[in-house]
Amino acid sequence: MPTSLVQGDSLLAVNIGAATTRAVLFDVVEGEYRLLASASSPSTVGAPFQDVGEGVRNTIHDLQSVTGRTLLNANGLITPSQPDGSGVDAFVSTLSAGPVLKTAVVGLLDEVSLESALRLAEMTYSRVVDSVGLNNHRKADQQIDTLLRLQPDVVIITGGADGGASRSVNKMLEPVGLAGYLLPPEKRPAVLFAGNQKLDDEVKGLLGNVTSSLDFSPNVRPSLETEDLEPAARELAHMYLGVRRRQLKGLDVIANWANGEVLPTAYAQDRMVRFLSQIYAGSKGLLSVDIGASAAVIAAGFGQRSTLGVYPQFGLGENLPSLLQYTTLEDILRWSSLDISTGLLRDYIYQKALYPSTIPATKEDQAISQAVTRQALYLAVQTARRNFPRSVRVPRPGLLPSFEPILAGGGALGDAPTDGQSLLLLLDAIQPTGLTTLILDKNDLLPLLGAAAARNSILPVQILESGAFQSLGTVVSITASASYGTLVARVRLTYDDGHEAQADVKYGSLELLPLGNNQSAKLTLRPSHGADVGFGPGRSGAVRVSGGALGVVIDGRGRPLVLPDDPVRRHELVKKWLWSVGD
Amino acid sequence: MLAPVNHILALTTILRERVLPINGKVIARLNQKVSPMDVIAEASLAREHVLLDVGRVLNLAPNAADSLILCKVGERVLAGSVIATGRGWMPKTVKVPRDGKVVVTGGGQVLIEVGESRIELRAGIPGNVVQIIPERGVVIQTTGALVQGVWGNGRVDTGLLTNLAEQPDSVLTAGRLDVSLRGSVIIAGQCKDVDTLQAAAELPVRGLILASLFPSLLSVAREMRYPIMLTDGFGSMPMNSAAYRLLTTNVKREAIIKAENLDRYSEARPEVIIPLPVSSEPDPPQEVTQFAAGLTVRLRRPPAAGMIGTVSTLHPGLTTLPSGLRAPAADIKLENGEQVLIPLINLEVVG
Repeated sequence: MPTSLVQGDSLLAVNIGAATTRAVLFDVVEGEYRLLASASSPSTVGAPFQDVGEGVRNTIHDLQSVTGRTLLNANGLITPSQPDGSGVDAFVSTLSAGPVLKTAVVGLLDEVSLESALRLAEMTYSRVVDSVGLNNHRKADQQIDTLLRLQPDVVIITGGADGGASRSVNKMLEPVGLAGYLLPPEKRPAVLFAGNQKLDDEVKGLLGNVTSSLDFSPNVRPSLETEDLEPAARELAHMYLGVRRRQLKGLDVIANWANGEVLPTAYAQDRMVRFLSQIYAGSKGLLSVDIGASAAVIAAGFGQRSTLGVYPQFGLGENLPSLLQYTTLEDILRWSSLDISTGLLRDYIYQKALYPSTIPATKEDQAISQAVTRQALYLAVQTARRNFPRSVRVPRPGLLPSFEPILAGGGALGDAPTDGQSLLLLLDAIQPTGLTTLILDKNDLLPLLGAAAARNSILPVQILESGAFQSLGTVVSITASASYGTLVARVRLTYDDGHEAQADVKYGSLELLPLGNNQSAKLTLRPSHGADVGFGPGRSGAVRVSGGALGVVIDGRGRPLVLPDDPVRRHELVKKWLWSVGD
Repeated sequence: MLAPVNHILALTTILRERVLPINGKVIARLNQKVSPMDVIAEASLAREHVLLDVGRVLNLAPNAADSLILCKVGERVLAGSVIATGRGWMPKTVKVPRDGKVVVTGGGQVLIEVGESRIELRAGIPGNVVQIIPERGVVIQTTGALVQGVWGNGRVDTGLLTNLAEQPDSVLTAGRLDVSLRGSVIIAGQCKDVDTLQAAAELPVRGLILASLFPSLLSVAREMRYPIMLTDGFGSMPMNSAAYRLLTTNVKREAIIKAENLDRYSEARPEVIIPLPVSSEPDPPQEVTQFAAGLTVRLRRPPAAGMIGTVSTLHPGLTTLPSGLRAPAADIKLENGEQVLIPLINLEVVG
């Protein structure tokens, strides 16, 4: 069992994804934490391996090969680190692999506690299979039969303001308790009660013996006007591990290495977003997007407020065919630079679901893969946007607020062949507005730092400042109503040595001005035709910007991004944009 | 790197767990020889429940109502029978609406399970019962040929193997399905229309082993009452040569088509088992191996998706693929002599 982490200790962090398991080793170099090495290998959660631990050990073996440091022996993980240099002082892990959690939500009023329960369910890798509220007209026995048929993994119960009415909530508990009683013990759901706290003892009495676990959190709706999901989300993350330990062989060993705490990857990601949002709070929010085989995860921080959306329906693995319930094949193909038939795309989607960890080997397969990723991420961002605080300013209804920065991670983004392709994919899918810095998290560090943060507050800060994340550059996304080819902005970049780079940005184009990593310069923006370059419609301004792999990128394609209907013209444009970003 | 194995084996020892979805009674005995249609376990399952709120009907508090409830947990009750009678000179009564069994009483309520149905679990494959799983089922061991697939419609059946695929990429049409094929498990290449699936249902056939199916036909395929298994995937993929050779050389033999839904998180996988007699027990299949030169592999994704080849060279470290991605990769020599560069993650070993 690892010793508790003290400042200065080495840390091994492992993220177990549905397709890929990644391990990252951190240690102190010249007085500061640094990322020493990372390794990844296929996850082994599913058939034929059926053992999460196998993939973790394989990945750590690869890490050993890279670093020359022995981390495993016949007994497992070597902890703490030994005088001969082997081992590691602490271990943390995050997990997104596993089947989507079937979740039933129970609340009172549709627009109040039930809505909070649904939002809470959306904060983890779950799919709501049943929803029961006071307005639901099914009889209790029908509710029992539904629960018996669906066999949810998790039931979230909300309802009742603290100290408020209890009778209605009790009535809602009965079907859950009776269904739990009738189910075989190994199929009983884990239950989270996040309602009227006065009822905790009654809930224990009613459900204590008929659930696989019963957890309590502070009320998500302590009063009619107040919603506080964070404590319940923390409890849900704890429950998630409990459910997964029952479902996934080999997880117990990994959980023991991590002192019993394996966090859901999305929760750990959100934890970092909240942390960053608070310490780097500016006038803008902070956005983190992650898309992989299990889900698309969108976390946004707005100072003291944050939102988290976990969307398994937009994951690129076994759930991929469900994407077609939310979009059309034509809408996916609009992003492709190649002429691909809808039939080929449909076959791709179903075939990829059979083999979630496979990767595109040909250019055509890569084009399809990126089109699917764009559309899935686009839909996830659009879904998450609905939960952003209404007080946050947006340039136009339906557009995103301006974020600073935007962090992007997940297998599908980090593995793009070129930085230009990553950048264009993110611009198309997220469609940011105003000025922002795009940061690529190629090693999926953000959730791992979130997992480490609870035990070592210095490590995440030092890693963030160490350059372990890759800046793609500063992006100016112009909001304008114009026709293709119309001048929408004149930009000038003044470097520290006094020389300048300029560009006339026409509607529908992308312009790149070189500015390397660790460099900064003054960017002057003069919009035309009432375009908004981030300072308000038609307003000019100057701002100091940082560079990145692609320098300063001016996206003059407008928001929302509208692609031509004519496929020939559209393919030409997409190719032109790819060429603009150096592909 | 670890390699998953797709089983396409001419002769192997096969162990399969057969369990009830709920607890029940195991009928089969240890070491019993079973045939596919033998019932090995059974259970009863209540499809519905009726909750009778005695307290509310009698207008009494739950505790007071509990004392008036006449039935006990486990008791069978008939429709119309009285399970509680109120007090007074004209007492109200609570009657059972349907035949059933009392499962819970308390809190002034009675929960009755109704619409009980019986589940019979059949052996599915011929063989010997080598393990009893108490109250749930058995493990059966058999020997024979094994072909695993990638998708199944959840049905299981047995019949004589008949080949309608002259080539691995032959397209099965409704016109090929005549009455002589009734009761057969048919080997076919691709299926591209609903009519063919429905014509097979009308005969009926005992199963369809297809290379691939158009995704647009999936919902119809799921509804068919006969098993459908895909060996390779979706779209217009030909049957991989290893599966095609093995299946077509076993024509006229009895085959079990277990078109189970593929579940990554359990051992459920669609497969065809062709029981064969043996003099000595062959080795059971290997689930996982290490990639190495000389291994026979199947390609899971383009280029050459579904094709069989041999690992000729394993590249050290990461290799840049035509897509631009960098990944551990190998040169694969396909059966047509062509050599292709494939990431290891897109391969599965055949064996």
